[in-house]
Amino acid sequence: MARLFISRDSTALSLGADNVANAIKQQADSKGLNVEIVRNGSRGLFWLEPLVEVETAQGRVAYGPVQVEDIASLLDGGLLDGTQHPLCLGNIEEHPFFKNQHRLTFARVGLTDPVNIEDYIAHDGYQGLKNALNLQPADIVKHVTDSGLRGRGGAAFPTGIKWNTVLNAPADQKYIVCNADEGDSGTFSDRMIMEGDPFVLIEGMTIAGLAVGATQGYIYLRIEYPHAKIALNQAIESAYQQGYLGDNIQGSGKTFHLEVRSGAGAYVCGEETSLLESLEGKRGLVRFKPPLPAIVGLFGKPTIVNNVISLASVPIIMDKGGDYYRDYGMGRSRGTLPLQIAGNIKYPGLFEVAFGMTLREILYDYCGGSASGRPIRAVQVGGPLGAYMPESQFDTPLDYEAFAAIGAVLGHGGMVVHDDTTNLADMARYAMEFCVEESCGKCTPCRIGSVRGVEVIDRIIDNVDKTKNTELLRDLCDTMLCGSLCAMGGMTPYPVLSALNHFPEDFGIETSKA
Amino acid sequence: MQDYQSQKPIVLDILDSHQVMPGNLLPILHGIQDTLGYIPPSAIEDIAKALYLSKAEVHGVISFYHYFRTTPPGKHTIRICRAESCQAMNGKALENHAKKTLGIDFHETTPDEQFSLEAVYCLGNCACSPSITVDDEVYGRVTPEKFDQLIAACKGTK
Repeated sequence: MARLFISRDSTALSLGADNVANAIKQQADSKGLNVEIVRNGSRGLFWLEPLVEVETAQGRVAYGPVQVEDIASLLDGGLLDGTQHPLCLGNIEEHPFFKNQHRLTFARVGLTDPVNIEDYIAHDGYQGLKNALNLQPADIVKHVTDSGLRGRGGAAFPTGIKWNTVLNAPADQKYIVCNADEGDSGTFSDRMIMEGDPFVLIEGMTIAGLAVGATQGYIYLRIEYPHAKIALNQAIESAYQQGYLGDNIQGSGKTFHLEVRSGAGAYVCGEETSLLESLEGKRGLVRFKPPLPAIVGLFGKPTIVNNVISLASVPIIMDKGGDYYRDYGMGRSRGTLPLQIAGNIKYPGLFEVAFGMTLREILYDYCGGSASGRPIRAVQVGGPLGAYMPESQFDTPLDYEAFAAIGAVLGHGGMVVHDDTTNLADMARYAMEFCVEESCGKCTPCRIGSVRGVEVIDRIIDNVDKTKNTELLRDLCDTMLCGSLCAMGGMTPYPVLSALNHFPEDFGIETSKA
Repeated sequence: MQDYQSQKPIVLDILDSHQVMPGNLLPILHGIQDTLGYIPPSAIEDIAKALYLSKAEVHGVISFYHYFRTTPPGKHTIRICRAESCQAMNGKALENHAKKTLGIDFHETTPDEQFSLEAVYCLGNCACSPSITVDDEVYGRVTPEKFDQLIAACKGTK
């Protein structure tokens, strides 16, 4: 029997992966060929999806992008034996885009059946938990601290320090909350983990529970990710059945329960305190800090709120040790970052790599420049609240501090590429408009500042008192930066000011370089 | 709009099955919208009563979240991504085409009640922008032509 792999990842589905899988099954059946189709995660080379991989004696052989009309010729040409065809790509792991990655967190994504726990265990799954069950809570926290892992959701706060705070907060009940409200444009690594290897997140959260003495976990998942919800719930059910979740984890007497909760389309709920309010069943209004959620979090109890990738990086740290993970990276940015390259880019995808590579290398050496073939004009790194970076900054190494030093944000490593047809004044206006749309309304700089921001940018674009209004815009940005309660209002100035500073011509402002 | 009396037993059932769940308001609202397609304004009183909240508090939560709606949607709901990655790939042109083709703006439903149009900020499909969803399915690299095909396919399933 031939074993085929076709992704169940949302992006593969958006390009017709279900149709391809159904058609292969149907046509193979009618030819009397025996095939088993495994619906795996995506390898992350999205220009090649829908990708079909076939298991052969020499390893997996990939074909892509496969459309339904290609299937007859593929089957006739010997797809099931891994033979040559114009769509044949050979072993995808030898592809330069894949081969030059450091897949630690994403080690299994695309390789295994995401919801098959035996497959997970057969590929080193639950090794980290096994080690954690033999350690004292403080020692688990020490491993995570030693790894140098920093929050991968964007803020880059040291994960070990957060865990230690919760560990030392006495309480009858503590919680682990996974922030899976991946709302930033240009990001999809959380989704790919949840759809492609949900067990690694479940394992990471279980370890977090053991580390700080929390017995209940919640995954706050955005409503826009229905396929992730299905995969997570299938995996959670199977983890309960196999004793990896519940009241007596692997006979240890330790308890950890886990549940997925759906968001409802509010961007601001990606902010941790707003997320906690939402989980409690309220409007997602941002809370004042302090107290930190680590001390007074969900339902008033000490709570770890970590991003999906942060938690999903914990199993390999506990499996191979904090030092192993820390040996990747540069400066204070340790380990790997799953880059997500999107927008106007020829070879978009997920590229997990140690910190230190430059933006230029990833954009041109691996991603082939823009999709349109026109020059890349700007890249917005770190989501809608990240700065627009001009070509002159493309040699910046991917490192939290190096980005911060030039007023940019590395954040979660998501990047949206724009070619030279993009008008950056329009994008600055959009940043303010988005803040109007998504502000929770609690603080004035964000709620009203964003409305005034749209108006001021409109006046600048319309050439009304340009000098005065530009000054006003800078002043307004300063108020938002310094006076907002959270990053929503506090960082909206990043895209606005970077557009204004690096692309003044788009605002009709003459640059006096004389 | 349907008579609330026929929907009430469903709402009460959902309230009943979420009684002991901590932080149950969002799961309840999802349950109602998943079943009825929207949250009937008349349900607010029942929800408030069951959770010991004021009607204002329940209304406040419903209106805070973009996803919840208090009017029945069209037979098909189309969500168009407006975020940066899709903009970088001509999402704006697609948005205009969709509005023109359907003859409605965002948050509106066609007079024949076939289509509702909503804006969405990122579907996580940024590697294949621009993206839309038609009901629960995501579609990537959507051109105006592909949009027309998807609409035609919906009409075919009337």
